[in-house]
Amino acid sequence: MLTGSPTLALVVLGLPAASFLALALLRPLRRAGRLAGGVSITAIGAAFGAACLLWLRATSRAPLTSPSTSWAWIPADGEPMATVGVMVDELSMTMAVLVTLVSFLVQLYSLAYLVDEPAPSLGRYYAYHSLFAFSMLGLVLAPSFVQMFVFWELVGLCSYLLIGFWYDRPAAARAAAKAFWITKLGDLGFVAGIVMLWASAGTFDFWTLFGQAAGGTLPTEGLATIMFLIYLGAVGKSAQFPLHIWLPDAMEGPTPVSALIHAATMVTAGVFMVTRAFPLFGLVPDVLVLVAWVGAFTALLAASMACVESDIKRVLAYSTVSQLGYMMAAAGAGAPGEAFAHLVTHGVFKALLFLGAGVVIHLFHTNDVFRMGGLTGLPAVWVPFVLATLALAGIWPLPGFFTKEAILAGVLEGGFVGPFVLLAAGAFLTAFYMFRVVFLAFFAPAHGGHHGHHHVPTLMAAVCWTLAGLTVALGLRTALVGEHHPAPAWLPWLSLALALGGVGLAWSMYRRGVPDPAVVAAALRPLEWMARRRYGLDGLFAAAYRWGLLALASLVGWVDRYVVDGVLNVLSAWTLQGGDRLRRLQTGLAQDYVYGVALGALCLLVLARWAWS
Amino acid sequence: MTGEIVVPVVGLSALLPALVVVGAGGLVLLLDLLPPRASKAHLGTVALAGLVAALLVTVSRWGTDDRAFRDMVLLDNYALFFDVVICYAAALVVMLSMDYVGREGGESGEYYALVLFSTTGMLLLASAGDLIVVFLALELMSLSLYVLAGFFKTRLVSGEASMKYFLLGAFASSFLLYGIAMLYGATGSTNLDRIAGSPAARDGDPLYLVGLALLLVGFGFKISTVPFHMWAPDVYEGAPTSVTALIATGSKAAAFAALIRVLVVALRGLQPDWTALLWSLAVVTMTLGNLAALAQSNLKRMLAYSSIAHVGYMLVGLVAGGASGAGAVLFYLLAYTFTTIGAFGVLALCQRAGEEAVEVSEYAGLARRNPVLAATLALFLLSLIGIPPLAGFVAKFYLFGAAVRGGHVWLAVIAVLNSAVAAYYYLRVLVYMYMREPEAGGAGYVPSFAGGLALAIALIGVVALGVMPAPFADLAQGAVTPLLR
Repeated sequence: MLTGSPTLALVVLGLPAASFLALALLRPLRRAGRLAGGVSITAIGAAFGAACLLWLRATSRAPLTSPSTSWAWIPADGEPMATVGVMVDELSMTMAVLVTLVSFLVQLYSLAYLVDEPAPSLGRYYAYHSLFAFSMLGLVLAPSFVQMFVFWELVGLCSYLLIGFWYDRPAAARAAAKAFWITKLGDLGFVAGIVMLWASAGTFDFWTLFGQAAGGTLPTEGLATIMFLIYLGAVGKSAQFPLHIWLPDAMEGPTPVSALIHAATMVTAGVFMVTRAFPLFGLVPDVLVLVAWVGAFTALLAASMACVESDIKRVLAYSTVSQLGYMMAAAGAGAPGEAFAHLVTHGVFKALLFLGAGVVIHLFHTNDVFRMGGLTGLPAVWVPFVLATLALAGIWPLPGFFTKEAILAGVLEGGFVGPFVLLAAGAFLTAFYMFRVVFLAFFAPAHGGHHGHHHVPTLMAAVCWTLAGLTVALGLRTALVGEHHPAPAWLPWLSLALALGGVGLAWSMYRRGVPDPAVVAAALRPLEWMARRRYGLDGLFAAAYRWGLLALASLVGWVDRYVVDGVLNVLSAWTLQGGDRLRRLQTGLAQDYVYGVALGALCLLVLARWAWS
Repeated sequence: MTGEIVVPVVGLSALLPALVVVGAGGLVLLLDLLPPRASKAHLGTVALAGLVAALLVTVSRWGTDDRAFRDMVLLDNYALFFDVVICYAAALVVMLSMDYVGREGGESGEYYALVLFSTTGMLLLASAGDLIVVFLALELMSLSLYVLAGFFKTRLVSGEASMKYFLLGAFASSFLLYGIAMLYGATGSTNLDRIAGSPAARDGDPLYLVGLALLLVGFGFKISTVPFHMWAPDVYEGAPTSVTALIATGSKAAAFAALIRVLVVALRGLQPDWTALLWSLAVVTMTLGNLAALAQSNLKRMLAYSSIAHVGYMLVGLVAGGASGAGAVLFYLLAYTFTTIGAFGVLALCQRAGEEAVEVSEYAGLARRNPVLAATLALFLLSLIGIPPLAGFVAKFYLFGAAVRGGHVWLAVIAVLNSAVAAYYYLRVLVYMYMREPEAGGAGYVPSFAGGLALAIALIGVVALGVMPAPFADLAQGAVTPLLR
């Protein structure tokens, strides 16, 4: 059991906050653009250093001492209702390192990527980035459900701002709103769950709750419902079926933002929350079964949609949804450690995939993989991307292989054969769709269409290579010294065979044309038709929103405005000819409203009478 | 006859805050007769000075327990807490009015005098220890507000608002009076303490219960609970924006002060009954308020429905009961007052082509034209949603927490879901301000020193309440203790 210095953790948290405040309050600094970027990057870089230091200087603690330090925030008689503070344990320290590292690299990369952005808007971009890093760090260091929820909402708000960064594009504004509302839907469950948990356990504090869970003093009545509601929050944030539909649209933001959202922040919040609260989830096996099945189903569903997508960023988006499904499935199967390990390695190579895709998009000015190609001569561009692709596909000895195998082993060990089969099929598809992108975007014959400026900014390349080095290092470290999850001897071979099979199929289809992709698509037409339409889920949500909530709201507004006001307006139209306006107000208006009040009074009297008897 | 007239000894100290304010009102009327005739801005300063003086008096008397007129007027911590809220709200309204009313062509001495007189009514309402005083104070407050709502005499909507407010207000007052009569009939007293101690209260006399229901109708109108809310959107929309701010905050706080005192002191024997009634009122009020607000495109109308919804939340605290519930309501009122005055204040300072800017579309791209003003309004709206670390979040937290502790988990869950729905219409304004292209000739800021200062004070309040709620929460708790003894 490790713990770290709370002071250092506060430094990690405070640096991006200070940078955000400086950028938000000092208008000249924000409008300076690149200078604002420098401030933000310095702050997050220092935060990364502090996070590493926190990790290196971690000390072990006795098993029963709390890793949390908190201060009263919202007082109440007796003990405070809400506290703020930091919980510094292995989980939060690892996440802090990952979050600051990816944020730092993404911000650095953005300096080159958004070189054409006007200065004031670049300043705004970095202000959002600082706020985003602060929110995510606050979330991972939270010692209680309240603080986690507070930062959870802030993370949602930041992603809304960043996805809609180019708000003059209607698609971006729409995608931002969609992301916000769909995740908000899950948050409804989250907050209701927290309130109910507090009602039954009397505390929000993780450590106290864990103590109650371990000691058997946590009231179990209604706990399944509570944990299910809390899980709904994770469904929204971590894009689980059926709330996954916001994530692919979130690609409308700048590419570095996608890298940030998909790798280290936002979407990992849900998995992190489930891991963090696992001692509580562990008490409700029914909910865990659901978590595992939904996760595995999401993994396969998203993988199938990635196979028919031609937009490179959307393929990566679906692959994120799919990988989040793996993590959730592992957590549901009772292996939260494996889920978390995959979260960390995936964070590193998914960031690389997005930043690498950003380089390609920068070269071709398009997202369409069918209009790319001919990059064989540019190893600086394709080597990091292919390394990350191999990692995602699960090829030995890259980190994705180990963590994915651990997840499969964990799911199997938990006795979840169904989800295991779904996940294994997903692993095959993962390798297939990723290498489909690689073969089409990099190694296909060049299309005359591209503009041919074959210069990759040094900063962007350097960031990509750093992440590539990190990916390889992570993999080699696990291969050489990492402890291996006890698993059946055939599992690594199956895992590797599935991955290689997927790579092979992609190679044969998109390099050799055997079998011809068009023929395959024709053979699987119904499935392809469905996948291309995203299984109709987006339409379903849009319709429910449009016809449900909005219609109800307009109905209420309409009744209030026209049935109440309208009656009078009709009356007034008649009397208007009489010209006596004051009289009209007197008679027309009063009558109608007075009827309302009288009716209400009658209801109250009846209610009172009923309550009395 | 050797009899002498016995002059009763009247301790006026219990009336001190109200006397200061009414004195300032008289002074404003007198000064109005003197030159200069062209500008009346200096009268605003006099009114402001009076309110600040009243605020200082109130603060200096914290912790005392004064009574006057045979317990008809009480100046305990509870009243003092509300006096602070009311004086503060009135002072900000005066500051906002200084440029606004003159610009819109209605500045005169009477305006400030009427604001002060209605404030006097509010202060008395918070101190009322007798149902007769409740009624008198309510009328003093309301009659001034009826006139203020119609103060822009040349505007049809303003006259319409005034007329509607007056007619329905009079109607609701009759319910209140009828309820008072019923209670008097049942218990033989109008004093709150004596009502609580009467035999009828213990026997559950039906008259007593009818009195409760009628009182709730009267108060329900003043604090605009559904279904007695119909006047609110029209009046809020039509009245001068500064007056709308006063109606939405000061008058609501005062009516709540009296309602809580009546329920918790005089009608404590009927607590199960009024809890049941308020439970349904709370659910209906917040749900309808929020749903109707979703469909509004006029900002003043939207804020009107939103304030109805906020009343629903506050009723949740009353249902929760006990010191924590009542304390939560007081804290919420404080936070709500800070935030709502700020939101209406921004509207009062925005103009488009010489007209008030009230449509959401007129605020498109405000962030580009005036980032400071846009950020200010954004913070107020975020506080209304309940985004931490602003006042609205902590206030909601207290309220819903009190409901959970009081065993009303479902009510708390309904309230939480409601506040999630509410986020939509507030955020829509943010989207317009930050993510839409500015329209040609959209809303613009009209420079005003006093108005800007008022916004700054409100903003500091919103942030301070959210970041360090402890001292304010202690005050609110300290204020409700004398009631629950």
